[in-house]
Amino acid sequence: MLRYALKRLGSLLISLIVASLVIFACIEVVPGDPASFMLGINAQPDTVAALREELGLNAALHERYFSWVTGLVSGDMGTSYTYRSPVAEIVAERLVISLPLALYALTLTVLIAFPVGVLAATRRGSLTDVSVMGATQLGVAIPNFWFAMLMVLVFAINLRWFSAGGFPGWEAGLFPAMKALTLPAVALALPQASILARVMRSSLLDTLGEDYIRTARAKGLTTRQTLWRHALRNALIPVLTIIGLQFSFLMAGAIIIENVFFLPGLGRLVFQAISQRDLIVVESVVMLLVFAVIVVNFLVDLAYAWVDPRLRARV
Amino acid sequence: MSEAGFLSAALRSRNLMLGLALTAIFAAAALISLIWTPFDVTELKIAEKLQTPSATHLFGTDHFGRDILSMIMVGAQTSIAVAFVAVGIGMGLGVPLGLTAAARRGSLLDEVIMRGNDLVFAFPSLLIAILITAVFGPSAFNAIVAIGIFNIPVFARLTRGAALSLWTRDYILSARVSGKGAARISVEHILPNITNLLIVQGTIQFSLGILAEAALSYVGLGVQPPTPSWGRMLADSQTLISLAPHMALFPGFAIILTVLGLNLAGDGLRDLLDPRIRRVGR
Repeated sequence: MLRYALKRLGSLLISLIVASLVIFACIEVVPGDPASFMLGINAQPDTVAALREELGLNAALHERYFSWVTGLVSGDMGTSYTYRSPVAEIVAERLVISLPLALYALTLTVLIAFPVGVLAATRRGSLTDVSVMGATQLGVAIPNFWFAMLMVLVFAINLRWFSAGGFPGWEAGLFPAMKALTLPAVALALPQASILARVMRSSLLDTLGEDYIRTARAKGLTTRQTLWRHALRNALIPVLTIIGLQFSFLMAGAIIIENVFFLPGLGRLVFQAISQRDLIVVESVVMLLVFAVIVVNFLVDLAYAWVDPRLRARV
Repeated sequence: MSEAGFLSAALRSRNLMLGLALTAIFAAAALISLIWTPFDVTELKIAEKLQTPSATHLFGTDHFGRDILSMIMVGAQTSIAVAFVAVGIGMGLGVPLGLTAAARRGSLLDEVIMRGNDLVFAFPSLLIAILITAVFGPSAFNAIVAIGIFNIPVFARLTRGAALSLWTRDYILSARVSGKGAARISVEHILPNITNLLIVQGTIQFSLGILAEAALSYVGLGVQPPTPSWGRMLADSQTLISLAPHMALFPGFAIILTVLGLNLAGDGLRDLLDPRIRRVGR
């Protein structure tokens, strides 16, 4: 297990290094130089020169890359040109909204998908199965931001159960804050829950066809006992991988959904930074998101190997 | 399966028929809009703005008085074109990469290709799009590139996986014995045998491409005005949603039905072409 973990850790580090190089290169290929790009065409030459100095653009390419990366590692993401404050601080402020939102959505996804998937698989071919699968087909096809807009129309504008957007802040209390995140989380969870329910169903159907299930039934366990003790546990392995992948979709999806609900999270930060040409913020936030995705998938791989020893041997 | 047998099985598949019908409707709408739309989508008639659906304007009008049905028809062009080219990029680069990785399985090249794929996979397409637009500015072209890049690892993985199992077959061995090189075997023997898989995955990526294009245009990173696009129409409708919900409903339905159609067609095709194939990546 340790050898496997070390090997995966090695490829994790390589992925992170390559990702940072790619992101750094993207910002480097900005037409012209980043300073005049950020200031626009009407900037005075001395302002541009001052910003170049401030951004450290006069240093050599590799020096800049290393100072960016060592900064990231030590938690220093540079200073935002437009906000005039450290990027790390701005990101931390935004993260307390985006991360809970993604986790909230992930929880909803699992809570919806598990029972639905199990129900469909245990009643395979029944009317329940067919209608549930039809519903998930629809869930996959609905753009989540459109669904979000309709929920705003129904639950915020017409019924007035929720506010149409904005975030009261965690200091307003757990309940109001969670309430503000509820519609966004539901919108994010809908397509992901549909996908996960389908995976859950097909994975459970696969396991239910295994020999050990027949053995369990033959030794006198009831259908319910077989399901809980044997089938579900084994069916969860592929489901776990999908959940890991979904985390990255939720992080990315949150970027769009935050814009629907005017939530001051990372997503809105990125868009504001793009429109203000604040490349330092864009660069750091994208790196942070990619880092999160790579690390989560690494953890899922480890969990996977821990659950299923056969995988460790296959490195 | 004989040709007639295939056809009758296809006609009996409800998913496939429904999916193809839905897809055909939107493809037809896009084609017809090239030569005719009920109203001109570039003409602004403020006097007729925000009309609810009526006999003249079947789906109503938007905040500039443009006919929504006409805009959806022209928007179908945008969606289909963007998704089509993006899938083309994904297949065009991903399939050769996957074939190469499989032909040189276990080599350093294989490792580099597959790790590169993992890396692209770690960037959700939206992040790629954000990076690209931050640097080059928003445009339809950049949206296509962003969605296309994300498609590459999907096809590379699928191709490599399927090709690997084919490389162990006897007919490949006999081709090797007859002196054919790896490249020639890949093109002449492997590729024709994975076309089914590629078509099915292509349909699914096509529908994901339509969703991605809508999302990018919705946040303003995709197709730029005045080109009508379903995502932009939804963005325009957002602030007016309580006043004119029809502005949000119809483009939304267009997206859902197209994506649903493609997914059903993909599922139906998969069941028909090879009942053993499992959908990859979702």
